[in-house]
Amino acid sequence: MIKFTEEHEWLTLEGDVATVGITEHASTQLGDLVFVELPVVGATLKKGDGAAVVESVKVASDVFAPLDGEVVEINVAVARDPALVNSDPLGKGWLYRMRLANAADFDGLLDEAAYKALVD
Amino acid sequence: MSDRPHAESAAVLARTPLHALHVARGARMVPFAGYEMPVQYAAGVLKEHLHTRAAAGLFDVSHMGQIVVRAKSGRTSDAALALERLVPVDVLGLAAGRQRYAVFTNDDGGILDDLMIAHRGDHLLLVVNAACKDVDEAHLNAHLSDTCDVERLDRALIALQGPKAEAVLARLAPGCADMTFMDVRPLDILGASCIVTRSGYTGEDGFEISIPEDRAPEIAAALLDDAAVMPIGLGARDSLRLEAGLCLYGADLDQTTTPVEAGLSWAIQNVRRRGGAREGGFPGARIILDQIDSGTARCRVGLLAEGRAPVRAGAQIFASDAATEPIGTVTSGGFGPTADRPVAMGYVPPALAAPGTTVLAEVRGKRLPMAVAPLPFVEPKFKRGNRRLP
Repeated sequence: MIKFTEEHEWLTLEGDVATVGITEHASTQLGDLVFVELPVVGATLKKGDGAAVVESVKVASDVFAPLDGEVVEINVAVARDPALVNSDPLGKGWLYRMRLANAADFDGLLDEAAYKALVD
Repeated sequence: MSDRPHAESAAVLARTPLHALHVARGARMVPFAGYEMPVQYAAGVLKEHLHTRAAAGLFDVSHMGQIVVRAKSGRTSDAALALERLVPVDVLGLAAGRQRYAVFTNDDGGILDDLMIAHRGDHLLLVVNAACKDVDEAHLNAHLSDTCDVERLDRALIALQGPKAEAVLARLAPGCADMTFMDVRPLDILGASCIVTRSGYTGEDGFEISIPEDRAPEIAAALLDDAAVMPIGLGARDSLRLEAGLCLYGADLDQTTTPVEAGLSWAIQNVRRRGGAREGGFPGARIILDQIDSGTARCRVGLLAEGRAPVRAGAQIFASDAATEPIGTVTSGGFGPTADRPVAMGYVPPALAAPGTTVLAEVRGKRLPMAVAPLPFVEPKFKRGNRRLP
């Protein structure tokens, strides 16, 4: 199951570990990315903290932590090749994985229909 | 996820004559200097930038101010001498059919605006920044109205830039082909009386074309019909001028920055300097001429990031990791698509201004090494004439 936030992130959940990326809508709006700054593994994030930064030629945008948790893995491939976020935002362009402090919080995020309604 | 805040609020925005064309071509429109302007089209900033350097890009710069200064005596030399009271530039020595870069200075030697001055035979044509044009017009009227008439031209202005610009424009206006860098010439395009300069803001060869407003959509569309031409938004305009080492007023230049600090002394010809026939005589002359002789406390330099993280305007510059006080500020910065790395410009003390010097720019709490680098970051492609010395 995939969930979304109003800040244009997507999450999938396996056990209590969520994979986080930015949505196709966000990647289109941002345009070609030239730099991605990822959190460090082990970082503790509170919902709303700046977790990553994605930068286009023109602008830097924060990617906020969607829920509380601890970063357990980062996608080094997007740090090397930020264009992956544009070409495959929901796949190879994932940003990081976090162990959720409370996995039940996942259910409170937007489902696909609610997110689509938000951006259409 | 959220963009960092934009400065401009949504007031009532003016539109250029090409507004409908932008929208029809999928532009994302944003507020800029009181206008609704295209920041990018569907291709996006990166591809628009690279296309301009590889082929040709068309830019709508109709928001800029076009101001005619005409001497009441009918002698353009009188208009030139009057204008020299406001700019540290040799205007009198500008030949008919030629254009020159200039700055309006204030009494502190700071820059009120930067501009182009074209000698159009019986008058001077000034092109000024959109955000400054009302103030500039008032400034000209306040200081020149005893001897000159100052009149805003309501015309569209488009720039066609890139290695294929000449071939594209020559199909509609063959006379453009024998113009060289900084020439200005009246040319007929599809029956419209246009004013064409061979200049631009990208570091590429190209033209800026002043067009009667009602004919601009048709001429822009005709240029865009050429497969070599892509419409380019303000986003790529900014990254192109940054790679070209060109200043943006309000970022790299402002009322507290002198032309000498900004590395624009080349625009102050000898005739206006100490010992010149028309030495001084412009606002802030003593300060500016002193700085030419004795130097400044800071100067504009190019900065190349060693890593991949873009360093943007506002980042503070430090001499070392341990330093507590910044020694300068980044005034323009981003990713250079052609340079394929982050590029920036900023101000540092002269002792740290030699190319190769490493300084540190603070980005999100981290100090990133940057090397002072010669400007421009990309080789200029201007079509220079060989018939006269500057």
